Amino acid sequence: MLEDYFRQYGILVMFLMVAIGVPIGMLLLSYAAEFIRVRPAQTSKVKRTSYESGLRPFSPKPRLFNIRYYYYAILFVVFDVETVLLFPWAIKYGVLSKEFGLIAFFAVLVFLVVVTLGYLYAWRKGALEWTRSTDN
Amino acid sequence: MNPAFLDNSLFRNIYCYLAGSSDSCAERGYDTTLLPAGFEWLAFAITAFLIINIVINAGLGAVVVYIWGERRILGRIQNRTGPNRWGPFGSLTSVADAIKTLFKEDIVPDEADRWLFNLAPILMVFPVLSVLAVIPFGVGTFVVDLNIGILFVIAITSMSGISVVLASWASGNRIAIFAGMRSVAMLISYEIPMALSLIGVLMLAGSMSLGKIVDAQDIPFILVQPLGLFVFLIAAQAETSRTPFDLIEAESELAAGYLNDYSSMKFGIFFLAEFLATIVASMLIVTLFLGGWRGWDPIPSQIWFAGKTVLVLLFIMWMRFSWPRLRVDQILSLAWKGLFELTLINIFVTAILIAIWPDPGITELLIMSAINWVVFFISIWLVSKLLRPGDYTAPAPRTDRPTYPVATDELPDEVAYTGGTTR
Repeated sequence: MLEDYFRQYGILVMFLMVAIGVPIGMLLLSYAAEFIRVRPAQTSKVKRTSYESGLRPFSPKPRLFNIRYYYYAILFVVFDVETVLLFPWAIKYGVLSKEFGLIAFFAVLVFLVVVTLGYLYAWRKGALEWTRSTDN
Repeated sequence: MNPAFLDNSLFRNIYCYLAGSSDSCAERGYDTTLLPAGFEWLAFAITAFLIINIVINAGLGAVVVYIWGERRILGRIQNRTGPNRWGPFGSLTSVADAIKTLFKEDIVPDEADRWLFNLAPILMVFPVLSVLAVIPFGVGTFVVDLNIGILFVIAITSMSGISVVLASWASGNRIAIFAGMRSVAMLISYEIPMALSLIGVLMLAGSMSLGKIVDAQDIPFILVQPLGLFVFLIAAQAETSRTPFDLIEAESELAAGYLNDYSSMKFGIFFLAEFLATIVASMLIVTLFLGGWRGWDPIPSQIWFAGKTVLVLLFIMWMRFSWPRLRVDQILSLAWKGLFELTLINIFVTAILIAIWPDPGITELLIMSAINWVVFFISIWLVSKLLRPGDYTAPAPRTDRPTYPVATDELPDEVAYTGGTTR
């Protein structure tokens, strides 16, 4: 039984290897096309400039980014952990509520209410707004 | 070999053809023996490799057909012909595209980080292909049926955010970096409603294995979980960055976004990944909400699965063709203020209903679905009220602006537009 369990993951690992082999194979095929000279390889300095709508690139590469992205990343981490905690509960919920009745519901209700309060707090503080008006 | 593996008919037919002498195959009436006894491990490896290649090649072939079909239908909807040159009805257009991408020059800009620039397309298509491993395509037609199937899907599709930011950063292009930042914000925002919308399905099915979820759907979960399907459909569109949510390559704002400096085969791989992601998303919708391969008897289950997938794909295409692109703040507020609440409502309501009927039969499921549809309409109405922008009052026109005379002369005949059809 346990052997089958590992065999399943063996097939999965093989699948992932083939899945990563497909794009690598496509790239190798295109390099092979260059090797047998059916694909042009006439590069020049102008071709290798990065695309800026036809102009010669003049703007500096942006190294700073807006703090809003960071806010969303933090919110993502907070609420993604919540989803991870809800998954195992959701699977066993039918069995639990058959055995223990409403306790299974109220146990997670406390957690969900806390999360919802945190969500409303984030909303209230304006963390979910992309643009914030300047007058508050 | 445990019989559980041999329930997979795709696996069984090849494995027992190679090693029919093993006990569990002989029980099922296989007598061909290509490999001698003791070489079951070799039969296992060959079989696994073959079914993996069958599934992956079927996926890639589906993309070729799908790209052609989408372009044809897009042409029809926009009142033009669409691709019609290569093959009957232009059906070889995708093949021609593939050959063209192969023979185009590969340009790596000087500012690009060469290694990451090459790595990004590989990481883009890899997670999308991997999802095919756990989808059940029919009765006993799957590669593996993991007991953590949904978790695997959600975990591995999260990699798309990494590959997008890698592609945009590695190409060293200013426009691409803006696109990458914006689309990562979008991708991670929509991951949360996508994961949370499946909680209701998990509660009803009691398992994360996609095969068991299909087995649990005595009535399709679209009836019991309308809110879950609604959120999952929108979130899947955003995750695959289809047009209402295609900040990632908004042509009119960012040229082509993160694809700006990609050419040749690397561009082709991104193209493939984008369309394959749409197909995989609709396969997931079919599996989780539309009853998967279940159907009525004379038609084989694989055909049912394919037919439902095509229907969902048509619906997704229709959404793409009908709606304009949303703004970045609209997209993010839809995820955080609209869909997140809808999923919370869905979890609450489904949890209460299951607490009332812990082991629902068909009748209880139908009562549940009636309640859920009422909740669906009320909550969508409430959230749309909430998300509605405030009434716009036009500012008063400036009075100090000079007025210009308006041209009233008619145009000469040779300039005037005389009408005509678009075909």
